[in-house]
Amino acid sequence: MDAFVTFCLRMGDNALILGQRTAEWCGHAPVLEEDIAFANMGLDLIGQTQLWYGLAAEAEGKGRTPDDLAFLRPERQFLNSLLVEQPNTDFGHALMRQYLFDAWHLPMQEELAKSSHEGVRGLAQKTVKEVRYHLDRSRDLIVRLGDGSEESHKRMQDALDWLWPFTADLLATDEVDAQMADEGIAPVPALIAKAFDAETQATLARATLTIPETRLRRTGGRDGIHTEHMGYILAEMQSLQRTYPGARW
Amino acid sequence: MQPDLSTVQDWLAQIPDPEIPAISLVDLGIVRDVGYEDDTLVVTVTPTYSGCPATAIIALDIETELLKRGADKVKVRQQMSPAWTTDWISDEGREKLRAYGIAPPQQGAATCAGMLSAQNAACPQCGSDNTEVISQRGSTPCKAQFRCRDCLEPFDYFKAI
Repeated sequence: MDAFVTFCLRMGDNALILGQRTAEWCGHAPVLEEDIAFANMGLDLIGQTQLWYGLAAEAEGKGRTPDDLAFLRPERQFLNSLLVEQPNTDFGHALMRQYLFDAWHLPMQEELAKSSHEGVRGLAQKTVKEVRYHLDRSRDLIVRLGDGSEESHKRMQDALDWLWPFTADLLATDEVDAQMADEGIAPVPALIAKAFDAETQATLARATLTIPETRLRRTGGRDGIHTEHMGYILAEMQSLQRTYPGARW
Repeated sequence: MQPDLSTVQDWLAQIPDPEIPAISLVDLGIVRDVGYEDDTLVVTVTPTYSGCPATAIIALDIETELLKRGADKVKVRQQMSPAWTTDWISDEGREKLRAYGIAPPQQGAATCAGMLSAQNAACPQCGSDNTEVISQRGSTPCKAQFRCRDCLEPFDYFKAI
């Protein structure tokens, strides 16, 4: 596949799968404000997905629509990082997953807002403003809950211990990233890794949480090799289009 | 009929935002251009939030209203760049928001670092600056929930982006 299409799909798939996970909180979050917050963030992410899929579909030139890309691709063709497909488990896990993603997403969007590609630049200049709010919120809650009660601290630390190895998949790089950086379309991956490290080290320290000393790195999502959770997400998300192909509202 | 462009602008200024009907699409600052391409009236709009569910309704409302008013062919075009900012909400729009009970966004969104800079959104009920954030998200993605410490009323704040 064309490197640019792969890059757009990776960005769009991250947004879609996290948006889907986030939307699962609708009606289930511990307090009303957080319920609304998760649902609204899911909307932002799914909106961003449409923009990335629009770019991917246009560059691919096979006449596929953003809906085709979301609802008619099998698991192996989804290129999101493993982090975003991890289950909600509890509110602490969901918040930590969101925070770790935002800590990567904001520097990425800030750099993409300077992209040499006009479509990417326009997209990022818009979405960077939304993502700034996402990180504001998740960072605030990580600190409050990490440095909160004994129970909330324990849950946040458990979530961090579980999710940290999956951040390797956000930061993983290959020849697609190298080519995107060479063409000035996307930033040099090391730049984003540096920003991610600075953000997470400072915030997690304020939250009195300890980054686990693990050498475990869980990667593969960006190449379509997913954890067992991914199939369930797609089964639910795609069920209507799989059952009634071409169904429209 | 091919109405002249200033007439079309007047019509657009009467179409309410579907989520916040107190202000019009023109007040909201999302109408970027109106013009003719051959015999088709093309209205260019910029979406507010990427995932705003009102985007599709807005396009439909524009088409329906202009056709109803007598335009022959209408096309609504989405334009991403430059990205919409709350700085484009007109002064009149800000006043209408306040009167409707929504604290208008602070000016200078381009340099606004986010939510925390909006700690002192003035209460649209009593005008007090003594307010606090309840939640960064409100009834729509574009709003946050605040509470006034003086009159104790909760209110929506239209976030600056």
